[in-house]
Amino acid sequence: MKKIQTLEMKKISKSFHGIFANKDIDLKVESGEIVGLLGENGAGKTTLMNILYGLYQPDSGQIRINNQDIRINNPVESINFGIGMVHQHFMLIQNHSVIENIALGYKETPFFFPKIKIREKVEQFSEKFNFNIDPDKKVWQLSAGEQQRVEIIKALLNGADLLIFDEPTSVLTPEEIKELISIFRQMKASGHIIIFISHKLDEIMDICDRVVVLQKGKIVGSTDTKDTDKKSLARIMVGRDISFNIDKKKIARGRKILSVDSISVMGDKGLDAVKNISFELFENEIFGVAGVSGNGQRELAEAITGIRPIYSGKIKINGSDITNKSPRDIYDTGISHVPEERIKFGIAPGLFLYDNAVLKQHHLKKFSRRWFLKYSKIKNHTEDIIKDFNVSTHSINSQIRNLSGGNIQKLILGREISEQPQLLVASHPTYGLDVGATQFLRRHLLSLRKQGSAVLLFSEDLEEIFELCDRIAVIFDGEFMAILDSDDKNLSEIGPMMAGSKRLKKQ
Amino acid sequence: MIKIKTTDRYNITPLRSFMTNILSLAAALVVISILFLISGVNPIFAISEIFSGSFGSFYGIKETLTKAIPLILIGAGLTLAFRAKFWNIGAEGQLLMGAIFATWTGLNFGESLPPYIIVPLIFLAGFTGGAFWGIIPAILKIKFSINEVISTLMLNYICAEILTMLIVGPWKGKERFGFPGTNNLPDSAILGIIPGSRIHYATLILSILCAIVLCVVVYKTRFGYETRVVGENPHAGKYAGINFLKTSIIIMAVSGGFAGLAGVGEIAGIHHYLGYPASVSSGYGFTAIIVAWLAKLNPLYAVISGIFFAGILVGGDAIQISLGLPAATVQIVNGTLLIFLIMGDYFLKNKIRFEMQ
Repeated sequence: MKKIQTLEMKKISKSFHGIFANKDIDLKVESGEIVGLLGENGAGKTTLMNILYGLYQPDSGQIRINNQDIRINNPVESINFGIGMVHQHFMLIQNHSVIENIALGYKETPFFFPKIKIREKVEQFSEKFNFNIDPDKKVWQLSAGEQQRVEIIKALLNGADLLIFDEPTSVLTPEEIKELISIFRQMKASGHIIIFISHKLDEIMDICDRVVVLQKGKIVGSTDTKDTDKKSLARIMVGRDISFNIDKKKIARGRKILSVDSISVMGDKGLDAVKNISFELFENEIFGVAGVSGNGQRELAEAITGIRPIYSGKIKINGSDITNKSPRDIYDTGISHVPEERIKFGIAPGLFLYDNAVLKQHHLKKFSRRWFLKYSKIKNHTEDIIKDFNVSTHSINSQIRNLSGGNIQKLILGREISEQPQLLVASHPTYGLDVGATQFLRRHLLSLRKQGSAVLLFSEDLEEIFELCDRIAVIFDGEFMAILDSDDKNLSEIGPMMAGSKRLKKQ
Repeated sequence: MIKIKTTDRYNITPLRSFMTNILSLAAALVVISILFLISGVNPIFAISEIFSGSFGSFYGIKETLTKAIPLILIGAGLTLAFRAKFWNIGAEGQLLMGAIFATWTGLNFGESLPPYIIVPLIFLAGFTGGAFWGIIPAILKIKFSINEVISTLMLNYICAEILTMLIVGPWKGKERFGFPGTNNLPDSAILGIIPGSRIHYATLILSILCAIVLCVVVYKTRFGYETRVVGENPHAGKYAGINFLKTSIIIMAVSGGFAGLAGVGEIAGIHHYLGYPASVSSGYGFTAIIVAWLAKLNPLYAVISGIFFAGILVGGDAIQISLGLPAATVQIVNGTLLIFLIMGDYFLKNKIRFEMQ
């Protein structure tokens, strides 16, 4: 197959149950270009790229490579054309090891003893890009960030000329993002094409040569990044001005809500994922946990919310012990939880929107009487969430699987936040959200804080942490390296702390 | 070359769902017709014989209703288990265990108690027996991650052998004159029938009530909600704080318990004593799997699909006699129907397109 010089998508349209996800999209990319694809949730970015990758067939329109009409019927054909994709939701087999996953998608995998030949290449790659992945680990044992690295290796190993990245940076550390960008640059220099899906304006401006803005399935703007700026891009993207400043007033913190007393938790790998962590959380406070994905954040959140057992230490809420209580008992003490992998944990896909809107709340008095559920109340509640959180759907009586990822996310957030929890445990709450929804959510977290709730915020987005949090803990390898006030001068060293090379003995 | 494309279908309307079922049944009939042709029988005649044998005469309707009773009960119970993606294929064993418990209760307490006490008591005993046999695989699955398909299937054989052991051994009755089987239940424990038929009406009414109640439970209650969540996404169930052990035990207690009730009906309504497993139940536990599937896992629809499949069983008997076809014919008919129903489900959930290349 000849190298891709140009790739064109002409008049591509695709609809799902009568709603256009893409309408008459024209997109042309040339060798040596990095093109950003920008748009809010449900704008049709992922759909368009899935068409290019052969996962969906367009209803109409044509794809051309090097001025020749082609058809891409499935991902295998797409790989043979030189197109690779790193998905937002990872397409890995959870029970297989890293190397098995890579061998599975690799063109040159020999029939016999595939691992031996692949191992060498994987290790080379790991070393070259500092991926630091044990090829024999099972995928389910890896953090989101590590899984993505596996996906990237897979695509690169197949020697794709055109690589599609669906929000690749959301789970990477600042350092890793830098490395990724330098890979992008190298590839660009060697004539590769990169299509970069994101709604982070900074990254688009930083990385891309050209940016194409999608809104409701249509292209609403296309420009070279050097001719534009963040503000005007944001305006094109959401069709209105967005303020980038949240005004956060200092509030004196109230009484103690949560106390975590030297807890240790086992991870999926059977090793300590959370090691002897202690902290306290107060009313009117947002407590941020900053750190690179896979350093114990998920386990800590799961331990507090009762999903994962704690083998030593104690957790108390309002003075009463909730260590190793059931998730429901813990929820009933006023702890809400926005989980990290929302699609996996947060919804029952085949049930209706309104069923999903009370997943954790259905047993509460206001939604159930004895054994029965009050469906009229539940439906009203769902309508409220949809309105408040701007979930776009044509009906609450449709199955939630029909919604786009971003909209599912908004519904879950709405569900967990609207109950006015005493403590909200939020893992990467803005991951995958568009600018408008992100701002809305951050304001909502601040208003929770104002109303006297405590928020435990896990995020890899340092900007978000700095913007929202009153105190910030830095987690590395299951331990807190420091707990800092938001005006602590040591904050400038948060990078080395996240990398584990610096530790404050304050606590 | 022609390529086949499948995409998810989102707008599944009740009408479309209903029509898919009808078309699946029609397609199955075509295949069944071919099988009839191969055995040298006019398929139109054979199929019309099946339905006239079951629904075309007063006698046929009575027999159909008789056989519908266990199918409705078990089918309704299975919809609950299948909804939670608990693949209970052990209803046959649960039915037999219900029959064993009911027989023991009837034989031991029937003489001394009046009907209005002993009848509810044997139903309770039957439910308990079926539930007990159903709970075992639930515990095995949740506590030890043992696949329920294997465990429920195997427990069928274990229960059948326990039953055989009882009737040739300790429970062997004098009234049977040396043949295996227990004594007849005392009169007070025997269910009334509609005169001139074998319809034990108490169980018939019970089966419809059970289906209605279960329908309310599935769609209106917290437990039903939790069942559906667990079936759709167990991870979400865990996150939502649903107690898997408790939920699974209740689901299988109900599913097995309903099969146990069917066992009571067969013993106290029809046979009046406990005989060989194959005579207690002619595979109702397996046929009910198709009943549940045709009902689209809605307990209420299991009433209709239960009667439909009872009709096929009765009609199958009719053509065995009138056309001289082997006994396996009905099972082939049933199996073919199930396969087509499952395929229909696929076509309901996916859009299929053919494209020229």
